[in-house]
Amino acid sequence: MSTQSMSFNLRVWRQDGPQAPGRLVDYKVVDISPEMSFLEMLDELNVQLTRRGERPVEFDSDCREGICGMCGLVITGVAHGPLPATTTCTLRMRHFQDGQTIEVEPFRAAAFPIVRDLVVDRSALDRIVQAGGFVSQNAGSAPDGNAVPVPKDDAENAMDAAACIGCGACVAACPNASAFLFTSAKVSQLAYLPQGRPEARRRVAGMVRQMDLEGFGNCTNHGECEAVCPKEVSIQHIARMRKEYWKALLG
Amino acid sequence: MNQTYLNAPPEETARILDARIPPGPLERKWTDHRGHVPLVSPANKRKHTILVVGTGLAGGAAAASLGELGYRVLNFCIQDSPRRAHSVAAQGGINASKNYQNDGDSDFRLFYDTVKGGDFRAREANVYRLAELSGAIIDQCVAQGVPFAREYGGTLANRSFGGAQVSRTFYARGQTGQQLLLGAYGSLMRQVAAGTVTMLARREMLDLVVVDGRARGIVVRNLVSGELETYAGDAVLLATGGYSTVFYLSTNAVNCNNSAAWRCHKRGAFFANPCFTQIHPTCIPQEAETQSKLTLMSESLRNDGRVWVPATPDDRRTPSEIPDPERDYYLERIYPAFGNLVPRDIASRAAKRMCDEGKGVGSTGRAVYLDFQAALERLGRPVIAERYGNLFHMYEEITAEDPYSVPMRIYPAPHYTMGGLWVDYNLMTTIPGLFALGEANFSDHGANRLGASALMQGLADGYFVIPYTLGAYLAEWRPQAISTDHEAFGQAVTEVRQGIQRLLEVGGKEPVRDLWRRLGHICWERVGMSREAAGLSAALEEIRDLRKAFWQELGIPGGQQELNRSLEMAIRVADYLEFAELLAMDALHREESCGGHFREEFRTPEGEALRDDERFSYVAAWEYTGDLQRPRLHKEHLTFEHVQPGQRSYK
Repeated sequence: MSTQSMSFNLRVWRQDGPQAPGRLVDYKVVDISPEMSFLEMLDELNVQLTRRGERPVEFDSDCREGICGMCGLVITGVAHGPLPATTTCTLRMRHFQDGQTIEVEPFRAAAFPIVRDLVVDRSALDRIVQAGGFVSQNAGSAPDGNAVPVPKDDAENAMDAAACIGCGACVAACPNASAFLFTSAKVSQLAYLPQGRPEARRRVAGMVRQMDLEGFGNCTNHGECEAVCPKEVSIQHIARMRKEYWKALLG
Repeated sequence: MNQTYLNAPPEETARILDARIPPGPLERKWTDHRGHVPLVSPANKRKHTILVVGTGLAGGAAAASLGELGYRVLNFCIQDSPRRAHSVAAQGGINASKNYQNDGDSDFRLFYDTVKGGDFRAREANVYRLAELSGAIIDQCVAQGVPFAREYGGTLANRSFGGAQVSRTFYARGQTGQQLLLGAYGSLMRQVAAGTVTMLARREMLDLVVVDGRARGIVVRNLVSGELETYAGDAVLLATGGYSTVFYLSTNAVNCNNSAAWRCHKRGAFFANPCFTQIHPTCIPQEAETQSKLTLMSESLRNDGRVWVPATPDDRRTPSEIPDPERDYYLERIYPAFGNLVPRDIASRAAKRMCDEGKGVGSTGRAVYLDFQAALERLGRPVIAERYGNLFHMYEEITAEDPYSVPMRIYPAPHYTMGGLWVDYNLMTTIPGLFALGEANFSDHGANRLGASALMQGLADGYFVIPYTLGAYLAEWRPQAISTDHEAFGQAVTEVRQGIQRLLEVGGKEPVRDLWRRLGHICWERVGMSREAAGLSAALEEIRDLRKAFWQELGIPGGQQELNRSLEMAIRVADYLEFAELLAMDALHREESCGGHFREEFRTPEGEALRDDERFSYVAAWEYTGDLQRPRLHKEHLTFEHVQPGQRSYK
């Protein structure tokens, strides 16, 4: 247990509602231990604010172990902060300098309206999945699990894509606010598996159409999405989605 | 209520509960039951509105399956998306009695292991059904596109898990829960697109509406606007998980809570075996007071990791300085038959015992080593990385130590709750029309859950049990339509609103998080891994004192009609302050040790749990009788026809 104590100058985005004007507000947090996660540091800020009778900073989080995808902040300009392959909830304060100024902002995109402070509405991602990101399989009608062999490499590739946690960091990092990496991860996962083939064309066409309807931007190959992805989902899946998309169009 | 109440023995049983277990031989019960229950015709299904609360494996699978059948489903989600439900965090795997490994597995063996693992406090008929359905779950998930681990030949891979001597655990790296949840989420999104399921996200259930003795609706708080909303239906399915966060620090997500179940309890649903809580042996030890949660390291690590402590107390050397003969691989020593793969309750208590003897490691002395050195030498780094890479990465992120070169430090932490709302064989609670699924019910795991069985139970309940038993309930009853204009809805909303108002009016300065931490501390120290009568009685008083402090010191900035996390948390903690008493009382009344419930007074000379089948071979189902009133104890007697209860031995 470390006895070391750190302090930080935070500049936190505060916004009372979707239509309200927002602004960066300065806070100083003290007594932060290096083992704390970024969100525990914000918990501590909120404890201090509550004791002063001020409104705590609202932010989303749930599992706090990097798998549910609910948390996500832009930390001094980088979605999920400076450490690669890390979510905001698993980022520890030891990766910051004592006394450092840290800017904390929400994941910004036209398709992610701000709910309050650092909380955004990412339901557009659910609607992309509703447009085809599944296998149409009713409970009760499945063949035996071993009826269709799946080559190990295909299963591994599918798993690499399926690791996506739907946090939306890829969108927040993209200069076009594109959801290509998110969408392609699902398209690619199901394209690698025989179970996903029957609906492959419908799936990619539907998901891409919905992505556009939601107001996400196009992909112009910046690669920022891959750089911030906490699960290291590769932009190779975007290439695969494009291939699937052309197959669907020309099909 | 007074001290007499706190220390009084529970009153005589008021009722013997009937679990409505179908007649016939064990292996025919479910099939025969399914074949004989009345059905709802396809044309009538769409006339029924079903309220499903929760979107994890149980709730998500139930909502999707009922949507597929044509019911009109309203599905409530506490997070912003159903894909966040805490089932997502389950790591190691899901059991199924496929016997793909040809190593002697069968439905009966999975059933037997589960009943024994639960220390003979589970209901045989439910457990057999669970084992029987386990294979179909794997089939369903494979067909959904869940990328399970595969062998080079393309078949599904398996691994071993605690409490079993066969390899029956299916897995997707260390993210099995995530992949199964995303499979269910996909099916759910398909039904949302089809219009059968309406998804209501960022809603928290705060009351159950009972009309003419049946569950007919719910009150939820819209977490964004703060509005109290009402929904009416023909049945309510509760799939809201367990209550591990009563300990504040647990492996559960920060939004996990017991309020929906507790409020159903207050409306008449009996709460069963609350003292059966699971403390998972392999978690990253607590480092700081300010920590918000504990992180689990999958039990699958015990397949290749060896658990040890220094053989002599107070050995402060680093692990690499301690030569093999001076290490105590205590699980291998005490339990040679199962070694590092003993069930969770056994492993947790053994770790505590080692630390109590002064052999604990790390800065706090409350940790043991989980060492991969031997496995790395035997299998090489690439194999270990493939099996556990993401877990090792997670461990390093949190502790700044590299488990490839330094052994992991682990310690037990609250993880799962076997107790929950009492349900009959059809998953119906004591309120007709209110069903409880997954971790929210109590039935299948007895006093201790085996690893890789939670995912199995959640999905069995959701995909394959409730579609039949709910239909039978509706077909027998033929409900009349009801609207939220009914006075019972208005009344429930008023009560919820007043409760919230009371919280906002306390007007103190104390952040709710600190009050919750104080409650967690009491529960962990007194009602945690080991319990004894004096400590439990003290806990009852301490909880009562804390409840008083809560209602004087609590400070909630902001109001009701807005997104307000402090208020959300205060509602949950206020409920936990009531529930914690029931937890302690149940632990006090159960004068035996079994599974996750360990009473210091009741143990074998070797320190193992000592059951008392004479007196306690029953499910304790508690009835709410009013605030500050003594709850009434009802019993469901357990009969074992196929597994003879004996001293559980893993030696």
